[in-house]
Amino acid sequence: MAHIKLPEGLPGIRGPMAFRPETSKPLNEFAEVLLRSENSLTRGERELIATYVSSLNDCFFCQNAHGGIAQHYLQCDMDYIDSVKKNFESTDLSDKLKALLSIAGSVQKGGKNVTTAQIEKAKSLGATDIEIHDTVLISAAFCMFNRYVDGLGTWAPQDRNIYIERGPRRAAEGYLNFDLYNNK
Amino acid sequence: MAHINVPEGVPGIRSLVMFRPESGQHLYALAQVLLRGESPLTEAERELIAAYVSSRNECMFCMSSHAAAARYLFKDKKQVVDIVLDDYKSAPINEKLKSLLNIAGKVQINGKKVLPEDVEAARKQGANDREIHDTVLIAATFSMFNRYVDGLASLTPTDPKAYEEMGVRLGEKGYVLPNKS
Repeated sequence: MAHIKLPEGLPGIRGPMAFRPETSKPLNEFAEVLLRSENSLTRGERELIATYVSSLNDCFFCQNAHGGIAQHYLQCDMDYIDSVKKNFESTDLSDKLKALLSIAGSVQKGGKNVTTAQIEKAKSLGATDIEIHDTVLISAAFCMFNRYVDGLGTWAPQDRNIYIERGPRRAAEGYLNFDLYNNK
Repeated sequence: MAHINVPEGVPGIRSLVMFRPESGQHLYALAQVLLRGESPLTEAERELIAAYVSSRNECMFCMSSHAAAARYLFKDKKQVVDIVLDDYKSAPINEKLKSLLNIAGKVQINGKKVLPEDVEAARKQGANDREIHDTVLIAATFSMFNRYVDGLASLTPTDPKAYEEMGVRLGEKGYVLPNKS
């Protein structure tokens, strides 16, 4: 049971969002810009960074909800998403994306863990300042979302396949103007 | 020097949102509603929670600027801010606020660290759902801001006077997106 009285039946962040729409508005507008707006990082790449950071924070809801969306965009299977979480270096992701995931992982531990060497490596592989900025901010943002979801003890469906089934719909509806109470 | 090409001489998060106002505008809107909007917690208490979490994350810029805002807002009780940052359990603040700072400290580590007994202890001191919600979201939000500011190695002033001015501005004007110029 959640730590505070949230509307029943809403999984993960949807409960707190329904509880406090005043803060949900900027949070959703922020997520929309960060994860879906025009960007040289694809939506799939940004969702993958969000998934990876959420797995480092051990947030079941966020890593599966965003993993389902990433899987849809990247047209891969759950095993592939899991292999990125477990050891992205061993996957066939581009070297640039691996360098960005490494930065995201350092941010998750604490901002000061990001080294100049990591930044230089990402730049040498073609990462732009905006891509580095957005990677750091996505990682930081999920250190917030993960804590919001778990810090209030929210409920989440445990069957991981549910998130995969819902991925295409979540990807299509985005983070603005969706129906909080319809989570099919 | 910052890891990316942000405006020179501009401190902390201001330089980052000037670099990327597309996301920055929503971050400032979030800070404004969370720290200045309607809440059973006072603005001073909310700034104190923000400074406390930033101190635990060792983010010098956020800790110093939000501590300065809290001092400004606590007015003649401003000495509590430094006592809380040193050891909140010994600070002359009410037990409810101490129980909320305990929850904020757990959120700073990881959301799962918040246990039913932490929430129960806060309720015993009179904390309601809104206060618990706002505490968790402030702690979560500063776990983001701290990583954003330090993860890009933004400029951190060392002169205490610079923060004093920020504290006055945040206390009087709240969170206003700086102009890109």
